[in-house]
Amino acid sequence: MSQPPPIVEFKDATKRFGGGAPVLSGITLRASPGEFVSLIGPSGCGKSTLLRLIAGLTPLSEGQLSVGGHPAGKEAGDLAFVFQESTLLPWLTVRRNIEVMLRLRHTPADQRRALADQMLALVGLEPFAAHYPRQLSGGQKMRVSIARALTLQPSLLLLDEPFGALDEMTRDRLNEELLAIRDRRQWTAFFVTHSVAEAVFLSNRIIVLAANPGRIAHEVTVDLPYPRTAETRLSSDYLKRVADVSRLLRSVEAPPPAFASP
Amino acid sequence: MNRRVLTILLPVLVGALMIGLWYVFRLHVLAADQRFLLPAPDAILGALIEKGSTLWSATLTTATGAFLGFGLAVALSFSLALALSLSPLIRAGFYPYLMMLQLTPIIVLAPILILWVGPGLKSVVIITFLICFFPLVVNTTQGLISTDRNLVELFRMGRASRLQEIFLLRVPSSLPYFFTGLRIAATLAPIGAIVGDAYAGNSAGGQGGLGFLTIIYSAQFQLPALFATAAVGCLLGFVFAGTVVALSWFALHHWHDSYQRKDL
Repeated sequence: MSQPPPIVEFKDATKRFGGGAPVLSGITLRASPGEFVSLIGPSGCGKSTLLRLIAGLTPLSEGQLSVGGHPAGKEAGDLAFVFQESTLLPWLTVRRNIEVMLRLRHTPADQRRALADQMLALVGLEPFAAHYPRQLSGGQKMRVSIARALTLQPSLLLLDEPFGALDEMTRDRLNEELLAIRDRRQWTAFFVTHSVAEAVFLSNRIIVLAANPGRIAHEVTVDLPYPRTAETRLSSDYLKRVADVSRLLRSVEAPPPAFASP
Repeated sequence: MNRRVLTILLPVLVGALMIGLWYVFRLHVLAADQRFLLPAPDAILGALIEKGSTLWSATLTTATGAFLGFGLAVALSFSLALALSLSPLIRAGFYPYLMMLQLTPIIVLAPILILWVGPGLKSVVIITFLICFFPLVVNTTQGLISTDRNLVELFRMGRASRLQEIFLLRVPSSLPYFFTGLRIAATLAPIGAIVGDAYAGNSAGGQGGLGFLTIIYSAQFQLPALFATAAVGCLLGFVFAGTVVALSWFALHHWHDSYQRKDL
């Protein structure tokens, strides 16, 4: 039986900050190219930390982690990160914001321009190319942020609750757009979210994490066929998956905090 | 009435009212033998016209000193701020001495400086520099270290070099702070130059500035001329501050929230 080489592979990985208790413990996880993996779990389960480990933003404490066949942090050139907030440079126009990662790599100006044009079209923001971030809505800013990440043409895209601050309608629309964009370039995605509905809609696999220490509690395969559209949300298959994952999530969630002192 | 018209009309009305009160105070409150202490606005205007050419060349001298001292302060404070922004330890090492520089009364330093570099433009420039330096260095450093953490992380993810991080990220994001310092320094620069000139001014070849004129007119009890000198100094301050406000608008109005229009 031959499996494709994993793009992300954790082997018995532990992460602690300083000398404290582990934030993540005993993480073993592999993701194949083209997968869309969502990470969901209660606050403090370390889902964002998991993402930051893959990105090489923070080092592993114990165990192994390879990304694209290399130890994490070494060859992170082929991945891009979308932050919780849009993290745009307010003094640059939308176009120049989209180009900024390419500028850091000294990509020639004409190539930058061409790529930015493509990305502007991809996220439907051509009319806003000359606008400044403060003139955009929250959803538009997030589109710029995603476009900027995609200019790197990553094979791995890490998204840390990118739509958490948006209203539900905008979030649904951006979920659909994200999948539509992904249809054209099959990047692997790791997506952190608090929303079960969002995770089920986007992913082919959902990792449910438990807290204290952060660990993998459940893995759920979402076998709904792609492409998924607004119609998908109305199907009973989809609704059933949402209910299943919600139940799993509730089972790992800590009991409500007691009001008595510990 | 239109709000725009009012914002222009009101200051004019307040000014007219104050000039009216000035006349009333002078004629009805002050005794006749005290009136010379507060010259009438028309007498000041007369002195302004009469001493016009002297005041003009003195203003140019002061403006030169103010501009050079201010420019020097901007250049050096920016370089120092870049160094200070690199590490909290460097800041800890330098801050006490920056504070010392700011808290030492310049008036005491002035005679020392004159002994060191001689009277004239050089002393005036150094005194202006000393007055402008502190607010610039403190504000610019604060700006350089207040960069949004998320943006710094984005740059680190993008494998930005140290220089890219400084010049593409930290410097532009520090501009609002830099301009705050610049505004303070711009209002201080003409004052610094006039104070410096009062101590270190050099009358050789008619090169005395406004500070020098102040000393002369006060020795001669020429009160209208003193008031005229004050007015000219004030005007010079407006030119400096106004220029910086305009520069700040050009640099920031596109993107910074301080220029956000309410209807946007």
